[in-house]
Amino acid sequence: MLHLFSNVADGLLGRLGWDAFNHPLITWGGIIGMVGAVIIIVGLLTYFKKWGWLYRNWLTSLDPKKIGVMYLIVAAVMLLRGASDAVMMRGQQAMASGGGGYLDADTFQQVFTAHGTIMIFFAAMGFMFALINLIVPLQIGARDVAFPFLNSVSFWLFVAGAVLVNVSLAIGDFAATGWLAYPPLSGLEYSPGVGVDYWIWSIQIAGIGSLLSGINFFATIVKMRAPGMRLMKMPIFVWSVLGSMSLVMFAFPILTATLAMLSLDRLLGMHFFTSAMGGNPMMYVNLIWAWGHPEVYILVLPAFGIFSEVVATYSSKRLFGYTSMVLAIAAITVLSFLVWLHHFFTMGAGANVNAFFGIMTMIIAIPTGVKVFNWLFTMYRGRIRLTSPMLWFIGFVVTFSIGGATGVMLAVPAIDFQMHNSLFLVAHFHNMIIGGVLFGYFAGLTYWFPKIFGYKLNEFLGKIAFWFWLVGFILAFVPLYILGLMGATRRLDHYDASLGWQWLFIVAGVGVLFIMLGVGTQILQMIFSYFARRINRDTTGDAWGGRTLEWSTSSPAPVYNFAIIPDASHRDAWWWTKQHPELVKKPVYQDIELPRNTGAGIVIAGFTGLVGFALIWHIWWLAAIAAVGAIITIIVRTTNDDVEYTITAAEVAKIEASRSRA
Amino acid sequence: MSTNTTTLEHPDHQAKLLDKTSFGFWVYLMTDLVLFATLFATFAVMRTNVASGAPLSEHYNLPFVLVETLLLLTSSFTCGLALLAVRAKQSQLAIAGFGITFALGACFLGMELYEFRQLVIEGNSWRASGALSSFFTLVGTHGAHITIGLLWIGVMMWRLATKPIDANTVRRLTILSLFWHFLDIVWIFIFTMVYLLGAAS
Amino acid sequence: MPKLSKLQKRRIARLSAVALSVAALIIAGQLIGAGQFDVLDAQGTISAQQRNLLSFATILCILIVTPVFALTFIIVRTYRVDAKKPAVYTPDWDGNNRLEALWWGIPAIVILALSVVTWQSTHALDPFKAISSKQPPLDIQVIALQWKWLFIYPEQGIASVNYVQFPEDRPVRFTVTSDAPMNSFFIPQLGGQIYAMSGMKTQLNLQADHTGNFRGMSANLSGDGFADMDFTAQATSAKTFSIWADMASRQSPELNQTVYERLALPGVPQQPTQYKLTDGMLFDKVVNKYMSYDQKETETK
Repeated sequence: MLHLFSNVADGLLGRLGWDAFNHPLITWGGIIGMVGAVIIIVGLLTYFKKWGWLYRNWLTSLDPKKIGVMYLIVAAVMLLRGASDAVMMRGQQAMASGGGGYLDADTFQQVFTAHGTIMIFFAAMGFMFALINLIVPLQIGARDVAFPFLNSVSFWLFVAGAVLVNVSLAIGDFAATGWLAYPPLSGLEYSPGVGVDYWIWSIQIAGIGSLLSGINFFATIVKMRAPGMRLMKMPIFVWSVLGSMSLVMFAFPILTATLAMLSLDRLLGMHFFTSAMGGNPMMYVNLIWAWGHPEVYILVLPAFGIFSEVVATYSSKRLFGYTSMVLAIAAITVLSFLVWLHHFFTMGAGANVNAFFGIMTMIIAIPTGVKVFNWLFTMYRGRIRLTSPMLWFIGFVVTFSIGGATGVMLAVPAIDFQMHNSLFLVAHFHNMIIGGVLFGYFAGLTYWFPKIFGYKLNEFLGKIAFWFWLVGFILAFVPLYILGLMGATRRLDHYDASLGWQWLFIVAGVGVLFIMLGVGTQILQMIFSYFARRINRDTTGDAWGGRTLEWSTSSPAPVYNFAIIPDASHRDAWWWTKQHPELVKKPVYQDIELPRNTGAGIVIAGFTGLVGFALIWHIWWLAAIAAVGAIITIIVRTTNDDVEYTITAAEVAKIEASRSRA
Repeated sequence: MSTNTTTLEHPDHQAKLLDKTSFGFWVYLMTDLVLFATLFATFAVMRTNVASGAPLSEHYNLPFVLVETLLLLTSSFTCGLALLAVRAKQSQLAIAGFGITFALGACFLGMELYEFRQLVIEGNSWRASGALSSFFTLVGTHGAHITIGLLWIGVMMWRLATKPIDANTVRRLTILSLFWHFLDIVWIFIFTMVYLLGAAS
Repeated sequence: MPKLSKLQKRRIARLSAVALSVAALIIAGQLIGAGQFDVLDAQGTISAQQRNLLSFATILCILIVTPVFALTFIIVRTYRVDAKKPAVYTPDWDGNNRLEALWWGIPAIVILALSVVTWQSTHALDPFKAISSKQPPLDIQVIALQWKWLFIYPEQGIASVNYVQFPEDRPVRFTVTSDAPMNSFFIPQLGGQIYAMSGMKTQLNLQADHTGNFRGMSANLSGDGFADMDFTAQATSAKTFSIWADMASRQSPELNQTVYERLALPGVPQQPTQYKLTDGMLFDKVVNKYMSYDQKETETK
């Protein structure tokens, strides 16, 4: 009977052995860099005796403002990891004419799989949840999210997933299947090693964190808005997050189930997606894209919301067409569930089905276009300050429009038959993700930086970074469009010299270097701005003449966000308050209850990560113990009824008086 | 969020907490429904992929599954009664109610495990075909949820036995009941789509 | 001609840099290395129609995107806080139904037009659709292996690896499967691609309008040697083709079960090879290998 539960002979350490450390030289370089960085950080913390401070003030905090900053840091680290993968890929392909290059096929395939996985699940999702945590409670006039402990668990599950991905660099290897790991290639027959298992468990665990966050923020927005803030009075960023979280709740369970089925194939010898014995790999393709397409809208909707805030603020003008914008968000949310098949027109579904999905895909372009025009007309007859967030917006208009246009082209099945899986496709989706998602999040980070950290970022360096990114992006991806038209498929580790592709890959490589210069400038900007923070301090809390409630608090906001829950019965509530100063009453403070810190989230996520690691290496006893550990921790946490602490009215008064306010 | 809270036990605070938590839990149940929907869709596609085996319907023992179903339905009823006792602050009755619910649920689970064991002994395990993989996963995922529910009931019974019923207990038992009833509804779908429809075709 | 401020000069310099680099890229791509635009270099009936569709879609997209760019540029220039001419400022103007109707409406009309084109073209260019011709289609069966392509000509009784030949001006009906992970059978100059999947039979109907050598590949990652799955598709005159097929059926080594199993092992062949087909049911056997005796092979449609 036991043979049903394991596929391989296992000792105490399962299939973990010394061969898990067989790595090519270049991987050792990465490992040394990673381990070195960890050692330096641990060393600094120990030397400056900051462990206690870190644990008490940050790691165990349930304050979404703190959790948001932690998300930012992890996302930034993963962005660097994913970007270094990109540099490696461009380097290989620039050299790979006629079989050159410095990476063997398997390593190259792991690099691009890791690149996609890390960028989507850890860099982009992490960045998104950072901004949502930092800003949404403030924008709706709330003190916290609906379920603060769940928020912490979500974050630490995200970290556990990120840790697993990085551990795979050192112990074992990663999937070499592409970021969505289609079977049969990702099944036991063709990928018997641990790589695909690392992929499954790192995103399964992080995905559960995302799902819980989706529930959390959906409930927060629905249930915890300040009095008077009806749905049609909410800031547009909050609407975009509502749409995004709805998508998270519908899409991520599909991912959970699909990854579970793939892992059951691999762990218990099931036949969901095997080639034979009744398996159906096409089912996987359908399911994974039923999650995958909503996922990209999950990422881009908050970026759209950010642009709405940024454009209105820096144009000193009301957002044009609020109702239209809400309708567009709703349309995009619903439509994103009806287009998934456009990712595999070439799988042979037949003309009727292909045509239907192609047409649905094009229809999404309509509400998206509406948003662009509404932004432009927000700027029209405004007073535009061309700050770096506005530059990111303009960069978005340029790149995202091209991406959208190529997307409409790809949505025609007959055209897609030529372009599917080519570098044309790769250029298209990078146009959308970099131009849309990343530029949007960069704009949001710069815009809200003073609110989060209390001082503005250096504008000059921000603009330089933008230009490096924009020029780099064009240089890196226009050649890919051209290569796609030349018939260049994606994911090739080498190509024939006679094809004449090399020059274009070299130009693309130069583009990536420009982008890295942009990244470097942004790092410089962070460091420089930190040292110049006293000069650029935001003393009023209203750094840009904002319109929404987050600008009514100090910068950074106090731990309880609002000493008095504001009246939010008008759209652009803060702007309205500023126009009617005579209506501001003298504050009467009350006691405020906030959730206590707890390390339970760290422990639960730690055990869960351990379960993942154990299942990857078939260390069954460890998986069982860790699972029990997680469950016990959850139960113990529920026995604790004393989960809040009080800030007395007097303390509130003191905090309010000590900070400079508008 | 109320600004005029005094203590945790303030009824307004507790009412808001119950409202928020129930809503959040309903929303979570909807996501769980999507998870099951994915497994149902997979089953619908793969139910005939029996490789060299017999059609799935030949493995079903309908009277057996009917008894399972009745057990689970009854447990939902007793769970509802138990919750009434909790609202009436009747600890002993509540413990009894949840105890019966637990027993019925455990019997359901035991019968299901027995059914699985029979299939495996006959050579129709989850490794035998895509159809069987899908069957075991769909029914097994429901069984895993039941197991978690049983664990949860056990923990809550312990809490009822060791503490007087307070607002936190009521809130948690409310959502536990939601969970239990939800699992009952999912089972109805499984019974219908997997067993009844499978036997009919 | 008004004097340009330093700021404006810098801005113009930046915009010119961007524009020049884009232009340089496009020109470079055409001239340096003389890379061939396989997708645009349509040599077949299907690919010619696809290329026309692509041109149409491109023009449509340029028509839409250009006004957006122009509008952005003009609005930014006119309403900047530090614009040369002080502009109108209406801080509370936040809606205009007519304008909104315009940009809900015009894109909707464009998409409607494109939808009609999509519907028609998707049906016309369905890979499963036979190409209308006076000549009957030539049947070629394709098996994707790790990491090579096996072509079987059931009527001619021959097979070839990493090389496929067929006559010009005659429809070729490729029936495609895989004895490996998912691949994608693709000859850009002749038409679009179709997935190759184990246990499934997909179809691709192509026709070469001229003789020539065309590049073929796999367009879906299938393991280590996936980048080596290039093959040559050659269209010859009908006479050349029948001479070649005849010679191959008499002079090539046999493709029996042993030889096939050796071919199916992971590896990349050094050069294209030809075989005499001894088992006419080889293709069906490969498809059915993944099915059980009571499941018929599945045609995806």
